[in-house]
Amino acid sequence: MKHDFDELKLDRVTRRFAASGGKAFNALDALTLTVRRGEFICLLGPSGCGKSTALNCIAGLMGLSGGSIWLDAQRIDTLPPEKRGFGMVFQNYALFPHMSVAKNIAFGLKMRGISAADRAPRVAHALKLVQLTGQEHKLPGQLSGGQQQRVAIARAIVIEPPLILMDEPLSNLDAKLRVETRAEIRRIHRELDRATVYVTHDQDEALSLADRIVVMKDGVVQQIGTPTEVYAQPANLHVARFMGYRNVLELDVVREDGDRVEVRGQDVALTGVRRQPLAGARAMVAIRPEEITVGEGPGGLNTLAGRVSNVEYCGRDALLEVITPSGTLLQVRGPVGIARDDTVRVYVPVERALVYPAA
Amino acid sequence: MTTASAPARGAPFDRTLLLVVPAAAFMLLLFVYPFLYGLVLSFNPKEGGWLANYRFFFTTDNEWPTIWTTLRLALPATLINVGLALPIAYRMRVKTRYQRWVTTLLVVPITLGTVLIAEGMLTYFGPKGWLSHFLQLLHLYSGPIRLTHNYWGVLISLIVSGFPFAFLLILSYVTGIDPVLARAAATLGAGPAAQFRSIYLPLLAPGLAMCFCLAFVQAFSVFPSAVLLGSPAGPTRVISIAAYEAAFEQYDYALASAIAMVMGLVQLSIVAAVLGLRNVFYRGPVSGGKG
Repeated sequence: MKHDFDELKLDRVTRRFAASGGKAFNALDALTLTVRRGEFICLLGPSGCGKSTALNCIAGLMGLSGGSIWLDAQRIDTLPPEKRGFGMVFQNYALFPHMSVAKNIAFGLKMRGISAADRAPRVAHALKLVQLTGQEHKLPGQLSGGQQQRVAIARAIVIEPPLILMDEPLSNLDAKLRVETRAEIRRIHRELDRATVYVTHDQDEALSLADRIVVMKDGVVQQIGTPTEVYAQPANLHVARFMGYRNVLELDVVREDGDRVEVRGQDVALTGVRRQPLAGARAMVAIRPEEITVGEGPGGLNTLAGRVSNVEYCGRDALLEVITPSGTLLQVRGPVGIARDDTVRVYVPVERALVYPAA
Repeated sequence: MTTASAPARGAPFDRTLLLVVPAAAFMLLLFVYPFLYGLVLSFNPKEGGWLANYRFFFTTDNEWPTIWTTLRLALPATLINVGLALPIAYRMRVKTRYQRWVTTLLVVPITLGTVLIAEGMLTYFGPKGWLSHFLQLLHLYSGPIRLTHNYWGVLISLIVSGFPFAFLLILSYVTGIDPVLARAAATLGAGPAAQFRSIYLPLLAPGLAMCFCLAFVQAFSVFPSAVLLGSPAGPTRVISIAAYEAAFEQYDYALASAIAMVMGLVQLSIVAAVLGLRNVFYRGPVSGGKG
């Protein structure tokens, strides 16, 4: 068990499952990824995309059907979990119900043969790090969900693992606690400077925590990039949809000029930026509601007219549904004060209309 | 229906409590009354003072040793049953293709009555039985094999009939423990042995104690196999035989009641001791957080 490493390399890691019909499918299909020292990686995707499978493969809780995992020059996918020495935080905490908080945290140290006298200061330090000092003699059942999750984090980091794995650690917490604990995780990561692989289905969590995001769908990696790249430049339509590009319009391609593409519908004419080579005469345009502005574009470019069919008041702004005469529906984040049935013109900046090939 | 101990004055009577009435009546009529009847009867001997029955039991040479005879059978049988069932149930905790078949196979004896098991054992383990023939055929053992009509016959039958019971009970306890706990322990460096020792065993301890009690009570009241497979006049004259003889051979119901009371007391003290020990262990939910 190493205390640190330069690179964790996943080389075409594949995991096959037998489906109920007896047909096997790849829950994880040839995942290749390099995690660098101290890096925070988020595996992001909807449920069933293989992100938890990937994490379990790294942890050693699940065998590989193909590929290999390397910690620097050492191949580790053949080792049992207890020989890998990675710290793992589980979705439902998995605290040992019969052990006190202190004993839960000390468990990993005890398994490493560290004497009780040496365990105590390290447990105290971990408790301080997750701000649970004074709770050490309680049983997990006596703690709130947020406290339990912090015990789980302390238990995973006290062994000073080279790599920390987190499987949707915030999904059982309520919204407010989730934001607080998220900040906590970020702070702990900065203090410890340990590589972390974090699984989530929540884009906000991934964007706020990660150094790099791995977007997955049906066991296949869709895009690997920094939060800015994934947010602003989704590699394909799946990623765009998942990252909040809620307007996806299928339109006819009129003209391609470099990476600029002109597309047209019945009463919609847009110029956008091509993100993938187009095939055929139809294309999909993806636009975020918050990147459409109410008003006229420069010279009337990329401007659509429509009737407001629904208004959702959000406080600072409102979410509008704008429907064009031919029935194209657009979701637009607009200023407060526009009412239902108002007629509005909306403008889409050229570089924020992303064009993908039609499926 | 307000009493002094009612939780709050004037609080409406919770009518769902009436649902307890049939069960309470059942217990009262079919358990409490016969038990008290027997208790009173045991203090009304045919002759002598009110303790004469108990004095007779504890001073007569073929009466009081039946306690030890029964304990000598019931305790090892219970320990073996629980001890055997634990590793097998632990092994069966993960769903495999064979799990269902093995479980079915192990549980079959529970559907057979003790008498049927005894009949089968007499043919199989007897001096001219299959086992004896088989061992002699393979030249593994040539002497006479005596596994019936003695202590061993009764012990084996107690294991055959008691094991499925212990196994099913422990299996339900084992599968009730969230396997994620063991996986968490593994990521923290615990190998399979350590996972069993520090996670499963402490969480199973209360269940094992309960299983021990139930299996023990069952074994302690052994009767048919002690008669059919043991030597009821000698080494396997268990306490229930003593009670049976008093009741149906000497027609001394008072003495039989007294013996039954002693039997109950022994069972109760063992159960109380084991359950008292159980309090030492953690008792509570066996999952590791929100599920």
